Amino acid sequence: MTRRPRRPFRFTRHGGLVVGAILVLVWAGPAILAPWLSRYDYSEQQLEAALSPPTSTHVFGTDELGRDVFARVLYGARVTLVLGLAVVAVSSAFGTLLGAVSGFLGGWQDEALMRATEVVMAFPSIILAMAIVVALGPSIEHAAIAMMLVWWPPYARLARGEVLALKRLDFVEAATALGQRRWRVLIRHVLPNIASRILALATLDVGAAIITGAGLSFLGLGAVPPAPELGAMVSKGRELPTAWWVTVFPGLAILTSVLGLNFLGDSLRDLTDPRRALY
Amino acid sequence: MAVYALRRLLLAIPTLIGITLLTFLVSHALPKDIVLVNLGDRATQDPELVAAFRQKWGLDQPLPLQYLRYVSRLARGDLGTSIATNRSVGRELALSVPATLELAAVAIIIAVPPGILFGVVSAARRGGGSDLIIRGVSSIGLAMPTFWLALLMLIVFYLQLGWAPGPGRLDAGITPPPAVTGMHTIDALLAGDMVALRNAAAHLVLPAMVLAIVSFAFIVRITRESMLEVLNQDYVRTARAKGLAQRIVIGRHALRNALIPVITVTGTLYAQLMAGTVLTETIFSWPGIGRYAFSSASSLDFPAIMGTALVIGATYIVLNLIVDLLYGLVNPRIRYD
Repeated sequence: MTRRPRRPFRFTRHGGLVVGAILVLVWAGPAILAPWLSRYDYSEQQLEAALSPPTSTHVFGTDELGRDVFARVLYGARVTLVLGLAVVAVSSAFGTLLGAVSGFLGGWQDEALMRATEVVMAFPSIILAMAIVVALGPSIEHAAIAMMLVWWPPYARLARGEVLALKRLDFVEAATALGQRRWRVLIRHVLPNIASRILALATLDVGAAIITGAGLSFLGLGAVPPAPELGAMVSKGRELPTAWWVTVFPGLAILTSVLGLNFLGDSLRDLTDPRRALY
Repeated sequence: MAVYALRRLLLAIPTLIGITLLTFLVSHALPKDIVLVNLGDRATQDPELVAAFRQKWGLDQPLPLQYLRYVSRLARGDLGTSIATNRSVGRELALSVPATLELAAVAIIIAVPPGILFGVVSAARRGGGSDLIIRGVSSIGLAMPTFWLALLMLIVFYLQLGWAPGPGRLDAGITPPPAVTGMHTIDALLAGDMVALRNAAAHLVLPAMVLAIVSFAFIVRITRESMLEVLNQDYVRTARAKGLAQRIVIGRHALRNALIPVITVTGTLYAQLMAGTVLTETIFSWPGIGRYAFSSASSLDFPAIMGTALVIGATYIVLNLIVDLLYGLVNPRIRYD
């Protein structure tokens, strides 16, 4: 028998992982280091320098109040990235637990849960999120809460499907037969086995959450001025169409960070889903 | 099959009731007072006005009773009256739905054929240069914040270059054609009004392009994945082994089977389009259901929010049912009983 040669590292195979990781680092790093990287504070107004195009002192230019766009993009990226991460972290944990328990228990609980999932899925989530934010009052926290309330169903579905497939496998039945408690079987044997797929979905999902969160802010339902938020910064462009730098840079920041997260999520999914190993 | 369809339709009823219950709870049980949002600061000082408003909209009744009244009217096909405009929600939706349909239809027509074509090319040349480029472009499309793209297109093509008309469905000087379908382009064509037709079509271009770019990226990706899965099947290997040209293997054997799973993501595409529609319509002042949803959410106009959610949710359910039935038709291995 001959040994299978190791696959060479091909850019088309792992390029996504590399490019994704680089793009994410390019945004996450500066966003974390914002106070040290930027010469200006995000709310520091220099009215005499208002609406300056990009120069060496203001690399991304200034907005209508003379605030440095570069500083605001960095601080805004903090807000936007944290919003996306928080929404996905909370809803993936909640959805996974709900779906896993539902699939594990089966019966009417399962049926009821799946119906509830369907309602939230059939519901135009952005409309529900908008109504919730209006009712609570616009703020970045309320936007996050609203999104969490509508964001969990895909996780519940994935977790339920995986658990249904797993629970008939020998090692789970063996654990049950050995007399372990049901919740212990779930936590020790079932959940660890679905974690990687959930993680891959979550990585892919952070980008979508960032875009939706920024969209809510764009509509005036997220961050409240003067707090910097990328979507809210883009919406300035509606009043300042000639100052392109005010709109372009925050939008580019969203685009490239989401692109990086998507690349990373795709690669993770390919690595964790055995069905996709073929290509 | 008919039994299956009927069962699915019956199962849709609890889902729709769930949607009304959810919207109702969100709009009524949350801290912010509907009276405050709709009456403004001055009027809320006047207790008589507030009481009259509460009585008019039934807000003085207990919550379960309010809900039952809403549902019983709904059962008779009455979606209620909008608080913000004081007009029938059904009537307002009947005006805004065709505007959105027109926009979405054009976007889909622009996006689907090239989306499938590039998805197939990308899969057939997997790992090659064209695959890399196509995947790159579709990745950018998927990561694109719709509102940013819409705003940039409006600024560049309308304000800077002047190639496209501004927001709205028609120029101010153009009389809308008599409403038959509610879609301006088709109505203008029916009326033989070429001026209105050209104007309506020109207004469609930018917002439809925005939605098309996002959908295109999605379709490319799904087609590529589905195609790759099919290309790994035995019958494709057999077709290749008997010496058929690549063009025939792809076009005749693989594509047909690859397109079946593509149909199944219609529901996801629809949900994505609806989310994109809210932002695009708001930016382009397009009087469709997306902008209606935004304006009614901003004023907590709960009859309007519930009506919009019901229409969008019902469409989603029906669309998924049609997709599942079609799936059974084109794929004989799937049987519903």
